[in-house]
Amino acid sequence: MRVLAAMSGGVDSAVAAARAVEAGHEVVGVHLALSRNPQTYRSGARGCCTLEDARDARRAADVIGIPFYVWDMAEQFHTDVVEDFVAEYAAGRTPNPCLRCNEKIKFAAVLDRAVALGFDAVVTGHHARLENGVLRRSVDLAKDQSYVLAVLTPEQLSRALFPLGNSTKAEVRAEAAARGLAVANKPDSHDICFIADGDTRRFLAERLGKQPGDIVDAETGEVLGRHDGAYAYTVGQRRGLGLTRPAPDGQRRYVLSITPVTNTVTVGPASALDVDLVRGKAAVWLTEKPTEPVECVVQMRAHGETIPATVTVEGTDLVARLHRPARGVAAGQAIVLYQPDPDGDIVLGSATIDQASRQLVNTA
Amino acid sequence: MTYLDHAATTPMRPEALEAYLSVAREVGNASSLHATGRRARRVVEESRERIAAALGARPSEVIFTSGGTESDNLAVKGIYWARRAVDPRRRRILASAVEHHAVLDSVAWLEQREDAEVTWLPVDRTGRLDLAALDEAFQRYADEIALVTVMWANNEVGTLQPVEQIAEIAAAYGVPYHTDAIQAVGQVPVDFSASKAAALSVTGHKLGGPTGVGALILRADVACEPIMHGGGQERDVRSGTLDVAGIAATAVAIEAAVKTQAESAAFLTTLREELIRRVGEAVPSAVLNGPREQRLPGNAHFSFPGCEGDALLMLLDAQGIECSTGSACSAGVAQPSHVLLAMGADEDLARSSLRFSLGHTSTRADIDALVKALPGAVERARAAKAVSRH
Repeated sequence: MRVLAAMSGGVDSAVAAARAVEAGHEVVGVHLALSRNPQTYRSGARGCCTLEDARDARRAADVIGIPFYVWDMAEQFHTDVVEDFVAEYAAGRTPNPCLRCNEKIKFAAVLDRAVALGFDAVVTGHHARLENGVLRRSVDLAKDQSYVLAVLTPEQLSRALFPLGNSTKAEVRAEAAARGLAVANKPDSHDICFIADGDTRRFLAERLGKQPGDIVDAETGEVLGRHDGAYAYTVGQRRGLGLTRPAPDGQRRYVLSITPVTNTVTVGPASALDVDLVRGKAAVWLTEKPTEPVECVVQMRAHGETIPATVTVEGTDLVARLHRPARGVAAGQAIVLYQPDPDGDIVLGSATIDQASRQLVNTA
Repeated sequence: MTYLDHAATTPMRPEALEAYLSVAREVGNASSLHATGRRARRVVEESRERIAAALGARPSEVIFTSGGTESDNLAVKGIYWARRAVDPRRRRILASAVEHHAVLDSVAWLEQREDAEVTWLPVDRTGRLDLAALDEAFQRYADEIALVTVMWANNEVGTLQPVEQIAEIAAAYGVPYHTDAIQAVGQVPVDFSASKAAALSVTGHKLGGPTGVGALILRADVACEPIMHGGGQERDVRSGTLDVAGIAATAVAIEAAVKTQAESAAFLTTLREELIRRVGEAVPSAVLNGPREQRLPGNAHFSFPGCEGDALLMLLDAQGIECSTGSACSAGVAQPSHVLLAMGADEDLARSSLRFSLGHTSTRADIDALVKALPGAVERARAAKAVSRH
């Protein structure tokens, strides 16, 4: 096959490209330039969008012996990921930009362009297993990225290659060193690549401005404090609330919900965070769309715990009834359905969390 | 392999490579006072004389540098600083909008960091300087101009500039004129003293010499502050131990390129005209940029509407055809060519361009290979651009 290797400049995508070559594919390396002004993105160790990363990717491609180009995806990235990120927070939700980047950039804009240019598939360094259209968790559970790939459709996955799914991160690093790739010891990227200093709250404040409002107690309706913008809060958050007075019951308060219309942040005790009914919108099914309720486990944030659930389809939505309560479920995150399997949990589908609530009392 | 990127760099001439190797085997610092140093010095000075003779300059006017970028930086910054030091009012630089980045960014840097004022001079649709605008700028700013810099020939679209007219106007106002002749030497006749320019940049590797050696031809009466300080080599304008072997090879290459210029230009023009005609036949929608006359013999530059240049480049590269988008791309985001924008193209058209540049090893077979691969590549690139408009 003619394969396009998306090379971030990190160790994973470099080894993935090398393995694609070894598998007999004709491979071309491409680094995606995602920033209009590369200096403003995280540098070196912590991101994937700097000039240094482009150089690392180019050097890796040279060592592997494949052609290498830089593709300008800055405009699409800005519209589909950065602006979406800001708009989601403004709407009181908590987006996952890495997931959005996979969905809209790597396996959409890049894949479409690659196919039009004569490529058969895109290979990336994601840690997940993909065989015959079945997407499974990586053998390295600590590095597993199936959660941020679960939004992809079967069509998108049919043109994706993830050669690293059967390896641990340690094995990938060792292989990179053995192959003479200088990025073997490059630190992992963390956090959000387009927020240079990691200060998400300030990033949002610069774009959305100050929008002062009340922090209200869920049980008594009392105003416990003020905030500078409801967008800066996430369900389940405890730190940085800056309450000016203690809650009536003297217990710690957590963010329970964000209401953009009234610009209110509602807080309550930890126990009030528990939910057991989750509704997801725009479900994507990697297997056939189920007609019967599905027994599975669900994951509701990256590297979050999994919870057994019964999931039913309602039109294009899905509804998950959790067998035990989950805490800190935020609208805007993905709910991913897995079928437990000794050979690696299988992704059944996913949806974007729209609502979460408590239906049953004392389920625990 | 079909190499159509001679404007980026061209293979070394065998005689230049020979000269390089024979000198590189010898030890010698041209600044040393002993016999070994004198031998190296002799090679440098003979090379200087050969280059001066080839370019219509005096040997003392040849200042060796590390290449074209340094020559441009030295001329623009050095002359600006020297002029401003004598007369603090002289802080204005007149520069064409289509300069190479080595000039463009030097001028922009002086504007940002050294209080320079800049008048960017417009060009017409073929990339040729608007002389009326130049005249007007001189009249308006007569007493505050530090220097004027307009290239001899454009590196992207090959347009030759009216160097002698520019020099004439500049001389009338007593303003030094620098010209970047990096693409011009060897392709068209270049005579420094006849041109009346005050400074001229040249580099070796565009005409069959090695990379890493260039020169600034600087008239003796033009003051120029150094940008590098040290041992005071090269008239105190450019310090640093000289690359003796590189200089010897560069001199051989410049001499050969200038000597064979007329026949080479005739050969390249014929080949280029065939390339232009056959590209037009293979891809009728292709638009030739730049002028038909008054153009570098080896340059052909097209826009392919509906395509992106970088996609075309990749597709042709996969078939062994090597060319350039002609625009600057610093690992990050490729910008649409400032040259095409200055010529009045919109961003889409500016991004759709490819430069094919011919040189001394080019053959008709290169054109055969290009026109065979081009239609399919254009079709694919068009499809790729269509899916990206979502």
